[in-house]
Amino acid sequence: MSADSFRDTASGSPSAPTGAGSSRWYDAEAGPVVRPYAMTRGRTSSATRHRLDLIAIVIPEPAADDPGRDQTLSPEHVEIVELCSDMPQSIAELASGLDLPVGVVRVLVGDLVEDELVHVTRPVPPAELPDESLLREVINGLRAL
Amino acid sequence: MAFGRSSRRKRHVEPVTLKILVAGGFGVGKTTLVGAVSEIRPLRTEERLSEAGRPVDDVAGVESKNTTTVAMDFGRITLREDLVLYLFGTPGQDRFWFLWDELAQGALGAVVLADTRRLEDCFAAVDYFERRGIPFTVAVNLFEGAEQFPTETVRAALDLDPEVPVLLCDARDLASVRDVLVAVVEHAMVRADRLREPART
Repeated sequence: MSADSFRDTASGSPSAPTGAGSSRWYDAEAGPVVRPYAMTRGRTSSATRHRLDLIAIVIPEPAADDPGRDQTLSPEHVEIVELCSDMPQSIAELASGLDLPVGVVRVLVGDLVEDELVHVTRPVPPAELPDESLLREVINGLRAL
Repeated sequence: MAFGRSSRRKRHVEPVTLKILVAGGFGVGKTTLVGAVSEIRPLRTEERLSEAGRPVDDVAGVESKNTTTVAMDFGRITLREDLVLYLFGTPGQDRFWFLWDELAQGALGAVVLADTRRLEDCFAAVDYFERRGIPFTVAVNLFEGAEQFPTETVRAALDLDPEVPVLLCDARDLASVRDVLVAVVEHAMVRADRLREPART
């Protein structure tokens, strides 16, 4: 049977409620096999007090070295620890590297903070202006590019 | 199986991180600008909206689509081992402005990238940063074939405060983008100075 006739059958079939569009959702187009928030067991926020900023850097704690910890963590948790052990990186970079929504990464990193496997830096809080010497360093750094 | 990697542990420096936002209309060159100065290929991160998007999104007829994905492009410039600047291209669609609030929080400043052929596309961004008191610089991206206007004309058309820097730039060019970013930080510094000074009478 040709692909065309298959499509005809699918779109014409009464069991395809949303019409032709739905019959083309194959493979990657159908989205991830595991829905993102399944990785957080449905949680959309973590127990940590602070909402983790996009540019908060995740830094591994010495405890992250313990080979025994790998058994108790989900693969995504482990992946975050591994990425940060290679090079501490921001929440935004982790989300991009893991191809996960920022919200999911926040929850997972929150878990790791709870477990004391990583800690996160606090970027300059809002309303608190970065000091002048820091801004000068930024300008000098940019000029050197 | 446990992974043997205890030997590669080293002391990590904890960098200070700062961010600058890059705003402007669709197709004005935000991603190009980020790519011109970023040491990494512009990365893309996604925020999946479900609950938050519900009051705004009209999902009638597409009830199966209850999440929306908003992509943000960003780049990184490591100025020093302990000083990292991130650039975030803001999501273009107007209805995702509430995401900007999070992005804007703690931002050092912003670039509003403008195209003189569609200047009205950046009105919303200018308005946003003015209201939040976030220091910003307007950078006119010089597209080939587009008529060029003096910066004063752009300033007048956007009704900008005299202190807001307006520059012409080529979003593809490192040196040009660097100048824009320096202007943003210098402007932020002047602003910070003024705010730090207690209002003396």
